Amino acid sequence: MRADLKIIAGQVQPEWRVLDLGCGSGELLAHLKATKRVNGYGLDFDADNIGACIRAGVNVLEQDLNEGLANFEDDSFDLVVMTETIQAVADPVLMLQEMLRIASNCIVTFPNFGYWRCRAHLALRGRMPMAKHLPNDWHDTPNIHLCTFRDFEALCEDHRLPIAERFVVDADYHASPLMQWLPNLFGLTAYYRLTRDSHGRDAGTDRV
Amino acid sequence: MSRYATDHSVGIVTPRTFDGPGPLALRSGTTLERFSLVYETYGELNAARNNALLICHALSGHHHAAGRYADDDVKPGWWDNCIGPGKPIDTNRFYVVSLNNLGGCHGSTGPSTVDPATGAPYGPDFPIVTVPDWVNSQALLADHLGIERFAAVVGGSLGGMQALQWSIAYPERLANAVIIAAAPKLSAQNIAFNEIARHAITSDPDFHAGRYRESEANPDLGLALARMIGHVTYLSDSGMGSRFGRELKSGDLELAQDVEFQVESYLQYQGRNFSKAFDANTYVLMTRALDYFDPAHDHGGDLAAALAPVTAKFLVMSFSTDWRFSPSRSEEIVDALVAARREVAYASIDSQHGHDSFLLPLDRYFDVLGDFLARAHDDVERGSDR
Repeated sequence: MRADLKIIAGQVQPEWRVLDLGCGSGELLAHLKATKRVNGYGLDFDADNIGACIRAGVNVLEQDLNEGLANFEDDSFDLVVMTETIQAVADPVLMLQEMLRIASNCIVTFPNFGYWRCRAHLALRGRMPMAKHLPNDWHDTPNIHLCTFRDFEALCEDHRLPIAERFVVDADYHASPLMQWLPNLFGLTAYYRLTRDSHGRDAGTDRV
Repeated sequence: MSRYATDHSVGIVTPRTFDGPGPLALRSGTTLERFSLVYETYGELNAARNNALLICHALSGHHHAAGRYADDDVKPGWWDNCIGPGKPIDTNRFYVVSLNNLGGCHGSTGPSTVDPATGAPYGPDFPIVTVPDWVNSQALLADHLGIERFAAVVGGSLGGMQALQWSIAYPERLANAVIIAAAPKLSAQNIAFNEIARHAITSDPDFHAGRYRESEANPDLGLALARMIGHVTYLSDSGMGSRFGRELKSGDLELAQDVEFQVESYLQYQGRNFSKAFDANTYVLMTRALDYFDPAHDHGGDLAAALAPVTAKFLVMSFSTDWRFSPSRSEEIVDALVAARREVAYASIDSQHGHDSFLLPLDRYFDVLGDFLARAHDDVERGSDR
């Protein structure tokens, strides 16, 4: 299993209700169903992903995230997850607010545009960064809202979206001392846990 | 060209008749003293008797879903593109059961049947049947065939409503439910179209208050008109446009001709054929069953509450240009299943063919259906279907 999904799985309690936004082939939900008996649903909009979920017996619902999540009631889930998807969402603020409406616990992961290789790509070659974690050309990419960790945290601050926890990892989803020291420069993927609990913030990590 | 256009067939099939074991109590409070259901089966029931799949038909459907009665039959069963060896409903895996519903006009007990109490056909006096009545009678057929539990119950449109009802009424008797292009209940607009169709039939002078057989008449014009109205609601504007456009029948515009445009010719042809093949009282009865269906009614309109007993895994599918039962109607079922914490997958298929899409071999539609049923079959084989 993808290491970021393993990190998320560690946060899930048995029999939780989990909503996975942009669930891909359903790897996380299949794992959580098998190991934690969760009642999980994944949203996706890609025919191949939906087919893969159905073959795996994952509850996948064909739904365009950009058309909103109004069909999900307040507090109807224990956890809403969005892995490597927020950069492709039309209105990230609304999306985060909606996630926190549906569950008091939310996990968001995304690629860091402030990663040193991205910075070097732009600085030295003068071209929009492309890397293993960002493989698309600027004109042909679903990633319309790329950001750095610092950008994301500023956004959460401005919109009172409390960050309870942050992990920063490399391409293999390992954490190193270097990226704990300068996460926005050396971290490749960030994993943020947001919570509606007002005390959550105190348990959080330092600002980037 | 669809990847699913194939010659593979279940071959020659023969309908059989099941005589009900006793009187059938109906929702309306009346009892049908005797009833028969005509049905067909395709594929083999396995030794564990757990690979059965039930097909529920839509408004004008019947038991002849696949194969041919004779080699020179012009047309195969109505869902032959979907049922057969290697097809989405794979007869190499499943024992497929398809029946004509109670009240039908293709061999099952219905308005054309002789009422044992009077010695005359029931005609308009055939009791009102509802979707729950159909499902109850289907369960008796399953008993007769030695099927304790279906691997899946599958239906499109009104057939999807039966699959939904199965999951609520007999939760332990099906592992999976497939609901295609359906709705949890009819909207006012749906009922309005049904009422126009019924009115076309009952206002035909040849209807004779439903006693047309005794008068050796048949409300052909009313039935044809009902079918024409129905057909418009089955197709989409864009689908009709690309199929017929404003094409003229003769090539030249000859003002004041009876049939000027291709679409008129098509509708008249459909209407005429239907009036010869379908019974007027059955049409009135079947549309009433559609109108009355509302499993949430007994739960204060709360569909999620109605779904509390459900254990089946669901596949729900809709088609983008279907305006008879639009995607949002399917999503009502999905949302209620999610709220009730039930297992459900939902696919919204892009198609320009409106409600009729559920009868067409569209690649993505059949991919999703085939994938879901393959998984359902694997679960049954592994004993992990509960």
